Amino acid sequence: MYWNLSHFEASFFFALFTSVVFGVVSRRTDRERLWYGLYVFGCFLAAVFGLSWLMFLGHR
Amino acid sequence: MTIAGDRQRHHFCVAHPSQCRELTIAGGVCYPEYMPEKESPGAAREPRPPLKLWAAPLLIAWLIPGGGHFYLKRWNRGVLLLGAICGMFVFGLLMRGKMFEPTDGDLFTKLLNYGGFAGNVASGLPYLLATWLGYSQPELPGAVADYGTKFLVCAGLLNILAMVDAYDLAAGRKL
Repeated sequence: MYWNLSHFEASFFFALFTSVVFGVVSRRTDRERLWYGLYVFGCFLAAVFGLSWLMFLGHR
Repeated sequence: MTIAGDRQRHHFCVAHPSQCRELTIAGGVCYPEYMPEKESPGAAREPRPPLKLWAAPLLIAWLIPGGGHFYLKRWNRGVLLLGAICGMFVFGLLMRGKMFEPTDGDLFTKLLNYGGFAGNVASGLPYLLATWLGYSQPELPGAVADYGTKFLVCAGLLNILAMVDAYDLAAGRKL
């Protein structure tokens, strides 16, 4: 069995798993953990899109 | 003695009342057994929690991702950690990531291999099971296998974060 994920899919799952752990181990209340996890996930995705556009424009 | 130090000792006593000689929650002051009788003035050292409090959760947290949280009865957080860390490890296996082995070479090669090996071993039981069951993947060309290698190492690094969190919970530094 072999998973042939695209760059975006691999980055998405990496961001998902990492932000869950970051959310769980940080902050004091469940509500703060949830928002921090979502914030980290958003930051990961923003970085993926930002760097992708940067590389795309850099290669034109 | 700092206000932050007082608060942490207070949290410790609330979390582990049997470890405290005296517990005065109303006053916000408590005296755990391990607290030294006298502290040198100006020293901002935090008291070191006893080994028996955190050794078992830390070991279980390494062996089973999220296990330290299960041991400390933080079920929801344990389930999330177990799912996220094992999920990342399984994704790494399915993408045919490479497991690092401690091999010698020049300094960079040594750092890379020993660091990667430490990251893999930090995953605990998933790593041990995968190697015992014969998972041995040579380095494949292409981005997907490279992602897989990173997933396998990062699963171990995330497990280290979970271990540190379990230690903080067991030591009463976190609620």
